[in-house]
Amino acid sequence: MTDLLIRGARLLGDRTADVLVADGRIVEIASDSPIDAAAVAGRSVETIDADGLVLLPGLVDVHTHLREPGREDAETIASGTRAAAVGGFTAVLAMANTSPVTDTAEAAERILDLGARTGLCDVHPIGAVTHGLEGQQLAELGLMHRSRAAVRVFSDDGRCVADSRVMRRALEYVRSFGGVVSQHAQDPSLAGPSACCHEGEISGRLGLPGWPPVAESSIIARDAMLAAHTNSRVHVAHVTTAEGLEVVRWAKAKGIALTAEATPHHLFLTTEELLGYDPDYKVNPPLRPQEDVDAIRAGLLDGTIDVVATDHAPHARQDKEHAFVDAAFGVLGLETSLAVISDVFVRTEQMTWRDVARVMSQAPARLAGLTDHGGDLAVGEAANLVLIDPDATLTVDRSASQSYSRNNPWHGRSFRGTVHTTILRGTTTAQNGAPCDLTRV
Amino acid sequence: MTTPTDTSAEVATGAPPLSMPKHLLSIADLDLPALRALLDTASQMQDVQRREVKKVPTLRGRTIVNLFFEDSTRTRSSFEIAGKWLSADVINVSAKGSSTSKGESLRDTAQTIAAMGVDAIVIRHSASGAAHQVAGWVDAHIVNAGDGTHEHPTQALLDAYTMEHAFGGSVEGRHVAIVGDLTHSRVVRSNLLALAKLGARVTLVAPHTLMPSGIGEWAQTDGFALATDLDEVIASGPDALMMLRVQRERMSGGFFPTPREYTVHYGLTRDRLATAAAANADLVICHPGPMNRGLEIAPEAADAAQSRVLDQVAAGVAVRMSVLYHLLTTGGLEMTA
Repeated sequence: MTDLLIRGARLLGDRTADVLVADGRIVEIASDSPIDAAAVAGRSVETIDADGLVLLPGLVDVHTHLREPGREDAETIASGTRAAAVGGFTAVLAMANTSPVTDTAEAAERILDLGARTGLCDVHPIGAVTHGLEGQQLAELGLMHRSRAAVRVFSDDGRCVADSRVMRRALEYVRSFGGVVSQHAQDPSLAGPSACCHEGEISGRLGLPGWPPVAESSIIARDAMLAAHTNSRVHVAHVTTAEGLEVVRWAKAKGIALTAEATPHHLFLTTEELLGYDPDYKVNPPLRPQEDVDAIRAGLLDGTIDVVATDHAPHARQDKEHAFVDAAFGVLGLETSLAVISDVFVRTEQMTWRDVARVMSQAPARLAGLTDHGGDLAVGEAANLVLIDPDATLTVDRSASQSYSRNNPWHGRSFRGTVHTTILRGTTTAQNGAPCDLTRV
Repeated sequence: MTTPTDTSAEVATGAPPLSMPKHLLSIADLDLPALRALLDTASQMQDVQRREVKKVPTLRGRTIVNLFFEDSTRTRSSFEIAGKWLSADVINVSAKGSSTSKGESLRDTAQTIAAMGVDAIVIRHSASGAAHQVAGWVDAHIVNAGDGTHEHPTQALLDAYTMEHAFGGSVEGRHVAIVGDLTHSRVVRSNLLALAKLGARVTLVAPHTLMPSGIGEWAQTDGFALATDLDEVIASGPDALMMLRVQRERMSGGFFPTPREYTVHYGLTRDRLATAAAANADLVICHPGPMNRGLEIAPEAADAAQSRVLDQVAAGVAVRMSVLYHLLTTGGLEMTA
């Protein structure tokens, strides 16, 4: 196996060092004197000149839709992991709302295996909370956990586990093996069946049915109390509202085992985007007004939000070319999330690269129980790494995406801070926007 | 026969060229001169409507498709008559059932129709924004004949036309109360925009459950009033009462307890008609139809001398002729057969 020498990168954005990788692990970090590639006896060494680049642990996404099995026209595990590698990810958690639903051990193991076959990014299945995502009967949570896939995160994402009794039982049940329920917090009974956007002045003017913020905050409040009651862990997927964030803050202050995530699109795009009725901005939960975006940003900065997750949700073109209320929900995110977070928070000096490592790698890895990811860049750790060019600009071109889908709300926008190289266990998986062909390795 | 010299004469007098949009998707697309032109031309079209021989050659050789994803006998017939009286070839296409995520995509449906070479597509869809989206996908002129709960611009034009004629020429300074299911009404959204441009004072009357989200901020920005008590509004002597249709299925959706309770609070009953007529001698009653007699409007009110419901229907053809004329031609109104 070829060793990898990363020369002159700024580790976590701070000190400059050379990092030597062998057999998929970090074997040496030298900040005082450079590592001499020629001195690594008897091995071939590939050197990456990382002058001016920032080295972080590989990114981890706890919220990805890979569409396989079922909608391979929109995305496959192969195409999705190409997008993930290009986006700097070394591990992604694949949501359960495929067809069939990931609600059995066999379905979970199949996703694990398909992910392993691509070799570009680790893929860990998320298990459904309820059978068929129907919200009624618990899925085989324990069997999924005992399977080779070792499922630890469960979610009916796309749907809220709305029934309080079911949510209580799920939390009680996963507690014994350290599982966590990731909740799509949105009370379906507080909106009509065709709700498709934020309920507010813009939806009123556009004549679109919406979800009120209370549909989110009330479920977060209920789940926080259920987590406290069951002494179990709940994770709130994609928090989007200021009032939902307030409830998260309150629950954490009470010591309740609750974590929360935010997506790049909810940290950047607002309800105003809907004025043109473009379904590429139709997402669930919906884009919110600027006040909410500002609140979620503040929540990420003060630690109320633990992780950034993409909610990468590819859709075949025909599923987005309907009238707004009829079109599918979701936006692409894997290839752009680092650039968006970098541009919004690092460029403006509100976050350090160490903060980015925390919210996009370390905290997500901890949440998912992935011990090989989200490290501190120390000798002995698995070499799951990402090199970032903090000064390069990404101008998003949806046709250049690795995803099979084109529902890209970032198209035409520019962000500073791009993924330069992604490294999975010592192997380069993507470089400068292109995935590596690992069949050559 | 009038000729294009009419247009050049206008230009010669120094009048600014009219900026008519390519599509009529929303009343917001129209500036005041364009809105004024549509209403004024409608008046000429109404003269045509009153002739024995109603056909004029203006749109001869043009093809208009009425693409209706939702049933609507009156709006479709009105557009059909309008197009035919202007000598256009009018084809009705019912796309009902394809307006869901399961069927052909809206884009494919629209592009298929447009590829046949049509000049204009008049589109009715149960989804808000559908006409807007289609306008981005095809080259033909798009006329929004009602999109979901968003807008119904030609309805607002015919309402404005009817009220202007009832009030002797202008709605400026007149008080118009619009009563009923505001949340689900495309009529009210278009009317708010049109009446504001024409200088009318508007009060919207509904229970809070039937008011669109964010209507408070909206009312402040756009300068209209909100009320929940219809009797108070009627006592203030409005010039026009526009009663919106209340769909019976809304009654079971938790928006209102029962039809009876709705009528007691928000119906234009015999008693309210008497009070309103006493408070304003020039009272005008409008309803976009189809009416639920006995629910939002008592038969005595629907058929009262103050009712302009049938005038509205007649005006509908005239304003639609005007819209098609203005969108599809660049001037030179040929008014003789």
